[in-house]
Amino acid sequence: MPRPYATYPATHLPHLPCHPATHLPTYPNQPMPTLALENLTKAYSRKVVPVKDLSLSVGNNEFLTLVGPSGCGKSTILRVIAGLEQATGGKILINGEDVNPLPPKDRNIAMVFQSYALYPHMTVYENIASGLKLRNMPPGEIQKRIQDASKVLGLDPLMDRRPSQLSGGQRQRVALGRALVREPDAFLLDEPLSNLDALLREQVRADLKQIFERQKAPVVYVTHDQTEAMTLSSKVAVLSEGYLQQLGTPNEIYKTPANQFVAGFIGSPQMNLINTEQVGGAVLLGDFKVHLPEAAQSHSTVVLGIRPEHVRLPEEGDSQTIRGDVFLVENLGMSDLVSLRVHGDENLVIRSLIPADATWQREDLELAMPPHAIHWFNPETGARIE
Amino acid sequence: MTTAPQPITPPSSESQGNRIPWQRIAMWAAVIFTVLFSLGPPMWELLTSIKTNDAITADSVVYIPSWDQFTFEHYVQLFTLNQFHIYILNSLFVAVVSTLLCLGIGAPAAYALARLRIPGERLVLTCVMGVTLFPYILLFLGLLRLVQFTGLANNYLALIIPYTAINMPLTILVMRSFFQQLPKDLEDSAKIDGYNVLQMLWQIILPMTLPALVTTGILAFIFAWNEFIFALTFITQESMKTIPVAAAQLGGTSLFEVPYGPLAAATVVGTLPLVILVLFFQRKIVQGLTAGSVKG
Ligand SMILES: Nc1ncnc2c1ncn2[C@@H]1O[C@H](COP(=O)(O)OP(=O)(O)OP(=O)(O)O)[C@@H](O)[C@H]1O
Ligand SMILES: [Mg+2]
Repeated sequence: MPRPYATYPATHLPHLPCHPATHLPTYPNQPMPTLALENLTKAYSRKVVPVKDLSLSVGNNEFLTLVGPSGCGKSTILRVIAGLEQATGGKILINGEDVNPLPPKDRNIAMVFQSYALYPHMTVYENIASGLKLRNMPPGEIQKRIQDASKVLGLDPLMDRRPSQLSGGQRQRVALGRALVREPDAFLLDEPLSNLDALLREQVRADLKQIFERQKAPVVYVTHDQTEAMTLSSKVAVLSEGYLQQLGTPNEIYKTPANQFVAGFIGSPQMNLINTEQVGGAVLLGDFKVHLPEAAQSHSTVVLGIRPEHVRLPEEGDSQTIRGDVFLVENLGMSDLVSLRVHGDENLVIRSLIPADATWQREDLELAMPPHAIHWFNPETGARIE
Repeated sequence: MTTAPQPITPPSSESQGNRIPWQRIAMWAAVIFTVLFSLGPPMWELLTSIKTNDAITADSVVYIPSWDQFTFEHYVQLFTLNQFHIYILNSLFVAVVSTLLCLGIGAPAAYALARLRIPGERLVLTCVMGVTLFPYILLFLGLLRLVQFTGLANNYLALIIPYTAINMPLTILVMRSFFQQLPKDLEDSAKIDGYNVLQMLWQIILPMTLPALVTTGILAFIFAWNEFIFALTFITQESMKTIPVAAAQLGGTSLFEVPYGPLAAATVVGTLPLVILVLFFQRKIVQGLTAGSVKG
């Protein structure tokens, strides 16, 4: 008897989300995550430790995006999950089973590389089929899966071509197809859109969203691009220097950044972050007072953060405003990014996003800073002050 | 003469039009010289091999043989009198086996050196490079003693082993740099797709490596095919000799006759397989086979 083509023994079934929660003690009121990292650590050497004590989980139907600056260990995390690198500590659980000792081929994971990594000497069809053939899948089933994927991705006319005869976007879709037909336990994608031009990227991003909404298996997606992170994911993990900075929905990450790093990293244009000193329950921005919330009053210095899109032209009832002279206007199309030197402090610059159709003057411009849009951070630890 | 303003033309345009195109002339002269310089001797050999002896020794040099000076007798003599097909087979056997050995051992070694983190990798590479520094003739003296000592004389191994060893450094260095520029993502992708190491090497790496294998293989083959000193010394039995030796030992009917015709024919016969080999594989050396696998 040939081995079944995918490692789908009955052990997977109890972990499906429909199963009664009583059997799942570790994750009471939610579906059992099918991919979980527990205290994962990866060290290349004593000095190079790109992944430090990382714990997170991705459930079925979840789309986790890893974002962070270059070199923060995003690719390394994917490679460790895939088994291309051996973890130096911690566990990788797929459907509850620790896959650490398994080689990549036994983990039933599909990965899409930034470079696509298509086999140059095989046709598109062979490229997509190779992973299935190796698992001794019956030819009929292979054909069916490839047809399904090809319909979704529009690969039909390309099946007999070689990768060298494809455009970048087409190669990208072939790489995606190769992952989809595997019907793996988890999808790993390492910056799959970064080699596409801006227009195509936007289009493929939308396609990706639709395609993966139909996939049950958890997805871990690495990107530099915040827009991708915000639009695609159900969960975002912000990483820096190997540490997890924040894990949450795109909304949470945007609205309540857990620390100063996340606040500065997520959002474009970047959040205004200003180091200030407390003066009797308030801080001074140049000549202007900004009220300090209760929780922050115990700190002598604090970091004030406000997104440019929240610094706006004053409306009736705005109590907290600042004034200054505009020294730079950057046209972003829909709005103008205005840089303002606040009166009373030559070095204090605040940037504001003002709708392009609004009227305002460059000299002595008044802008409102709504209190609820202001974030406060501890300047020593960077942590958010609630 | 008109005084109407002329369209502005660069002042040099007129002289440019009439100037003698020295650059082109120089280039063509160089091309013709190079072609004559490198193809002249082989052409002369080819022409000599199909000329009658009279035409070869005629007082006024015959360049292109006329119809009655044309003959195949030298070739006929080569295969009947001198049994040249035996030497061809000998050469073929030795060259093919040593080339295959060279690729079969050298390519995996190169892959290991390129991909695995081997302790002492630099030392190994330095040693490999070091081997190439020895003058060939010094190796010969040492090898002669070895052949005597091991009793390998008149055994094809006495040629196959040294040929393989001499070609090994080149194979390893060329293949290693080739493997290094193969994208690593391909191998990672193969591992995730479910290939085990052997399947990956055989089904993914090897097809992409073919151009480099063919190129180094041809070089190794040519060396083995042309090698003279080892073949002359280590093999004394007539039926085991290789083409270069056999060709050099072609004798005339008398001691004082230099058999120009048969020598030329032997040269042509000895060169032909190499020409065919290169022409045949040149089509196989598909450049840029890896293009399109990764971003590029
Ligand atoms: N094979 C390796 N050996 C040693 N160090 C490595 C190796 N691979 C990666 N690193 C180091 O690990 C760190 C994280 O690398 P990684 O590729 O995960 O970054 P990344 O977040 O994916 O960056 P990018 O966004 O630029 O792709 C880097 O400092 C890198 O130099
Ligand atoms: Mg990366």
